[in-house]
Amino acid sequence: MAKVLMKGNEAIAEAALRAGSRFYSGYPITPQTEILEYLSWRMPEVGGEVVQTESELSGINMLLGAASAGARAFTSTSGPGFSLMQEGLSYIVAADLPLVVINVMREGSGLGNIGASQGDYWQMTRGGGHGDYRMIVLAPANVQESANLISDAFDLAEKYMHPVLIASDAAIGQMVEGVELPEFKDHDINKFDFAVRGCKKGDRPRSIQNIYFLDDQYEDHLREKYATITKNEQRWESLYVDDADIVLVAYGISSRMCKEAVRAARDQGIKLGLIRLITLWPFPENAFKEVNPNVLGYLTVEMSTLGQIADDVRLATQCNKPVSSFGSMMALPESDGIIEKALEMMKEARQ
Amino acid sequence: MKCSVPASVKYDHTFCQGCAQGIVNRLIGEIMEELGTTEKLIVTTDVACGAMNVDFWDFDTIVGAHGRPIPTATGVRKVRKDCLSLAHLGDGAAYNIGMAETMHAAIRDDDVMALVLNNCVFAMTGGQTSATTMLGQRTTTSVKGRKKSVEGSPFHVEKALGDMDIAYLARGSVDSVAAIRKTKKYLKKAFEKHKNHEGFCLVEILTPCPTNWGLSPVDSMKRIREQVIPEFPVGEFIDRGGNE
Repeated sequence: MAKVLMKGNEAIAEAALRAGSRFYSGYPITPQTEILEYLSWRMPEVGGEVVQTESELSGINMLLGAASAGARAFTSTSGPGFSLMQEGLSYIVAADLPLVVINVMREGSGLGNIGASQGDYWQMTRGGGHGDYRMIVLAPANVQESANLISDAFDLAEKYMHPVLIASDAAIGQMVEGVELPEFKDHDINKFDFAVRGCKKGDRPRSIQNIYFLDDQYEDHLREKYATITKNEQRWESLYVDDADIVLVAYGISSRMCKEAVRAARDQGIKLGLIRLITLWPFPENAFKEVNPNVLGYLTVEMSTLGQIADDVRLATQCNKPVSSFGSMMALPESDGIIEKALEMMKEARQ
Repeated sequence: MKCSVPASVKYDHTFCQGCAQGIVNRLIGEIMEELGTTEKLIVTTDVACGAMNVDFWDFDTIVGAHGRPIPTATGVRKVRKDCLSLAHLGDGAAYNIGMAETMHAAIRDDDVMALVLNNCVFAMTGGQTSATTMLGQRTTTSVKGRKKSVEGSPFHVEKALGDMDIAYLARGSVDSVAAIRKTKKYLKKAFEKHKNHEGFCLVEILTPCPTNWGLSPVDSMKRIREQVIPEFPVGEFIDRGGNE
């Protein structure tokens, strides 16, 4: 299929339809509203339905119904709206339901602002709502990857019977790039027996509820599920980790600045490398096993004031190398700044 | 006259003595048999007492989040139009925490049916004040009785939704055989309209909660007759004709 120029938000919406989704509910919030707007006219063209709900709270619970009935259902939101969805996401995890939520991240806590940011890493990877759970999180770095990962997200959600998050951001959602859209796939809502559809006489009724009410091995089931996901689903991209002195760790829009920084540094003879996280959870611990043993340290580069990835890098490397963070929740990290910070780390490490 | 219990609701329930969930379940089971839709009903319950019904019914069920069964049932209906999708909830779920969801299902005239069991109290959590608690009614959070100056006056769904463009709105009671038969008519009409995709249908049923009212089952029914119905009139409030 030929490439077309599309905005990140619209490409991900179109790719979700092509992955077989025919139901979406959502609420307007910048910088993801184009997804709701695009689907409001595009979804009916392919025989699906969109509901603009009164809140994200209602929307996520409407999706819970559609997912319970076997549909490939999804929604999109940002910051404050994502917080409102945590109730529903916790219920969806507890009921072992597949669902996809796109979080096009914006700045800050509270109202924050509408610009690109990456401050929801902790909320997304730690669970975000009440109870014991994690969340599978996929982080695209461009428009093409946004379109590709939404299809993978539905597959993963159904493979593990678990919601999957897409961690986009205002930059990737709003930018226009060339994208080759995936082919249309059909989804059969009767594919899985769990899906409610009406109980035939003599059959055992299906019930979507807390799995631990139904399964006395629930805790083993949950631990095993997360162990399996951790083992099988780590995704990342590495650059020059075999000889790098400092390895940058980043995802999404920040990882693009890191690639520029790695190239510029290499041109100057400074040996930077990069681990670009594609899964935020499971955290790609295996990527760190490929790093040369003489590496001087790791620098996380993210649009966050506090440096939210850094703790996960420390855990993945068992704290055997220095880990620093570079970034701001408001400003995109520039390659000059990244290189400067890396040089500082090298100097400190060699002293 | 039908004397056998519909197979879909034949299980013994474990609700408190004098609870009306069993009566309502019987009505649902009978109506499903009469409409030939027993194998097509999907019920989304709230988290409170009503959620226990999922063990007493032979219907596919979802236990929704507290106050959210209506949007969840809408989600079911959106992707399975051949099924009946009922949201089953109490007054606390429909008119307290889920008021926005109830209102907007009516504003959108969603293709979904809601059954609200109104016993004027948060029952599962032990009898706290709800939007429909009567003035003067003692609860664990209004120990001297609901006061207008503190908790406001009881909420009436027919006043809030009465002028809205929805398919059906009615209130019934279960305090006598005659009342139960009338309630069954309302409920059946709502299910028929829902089956025909006519829009949002809400039926409220005044039910007793002897445990949290501190009354015997018989006195609870008497209270419905003497105090609750005068506050919350029974009848049909909206009956929009035909499929638009």
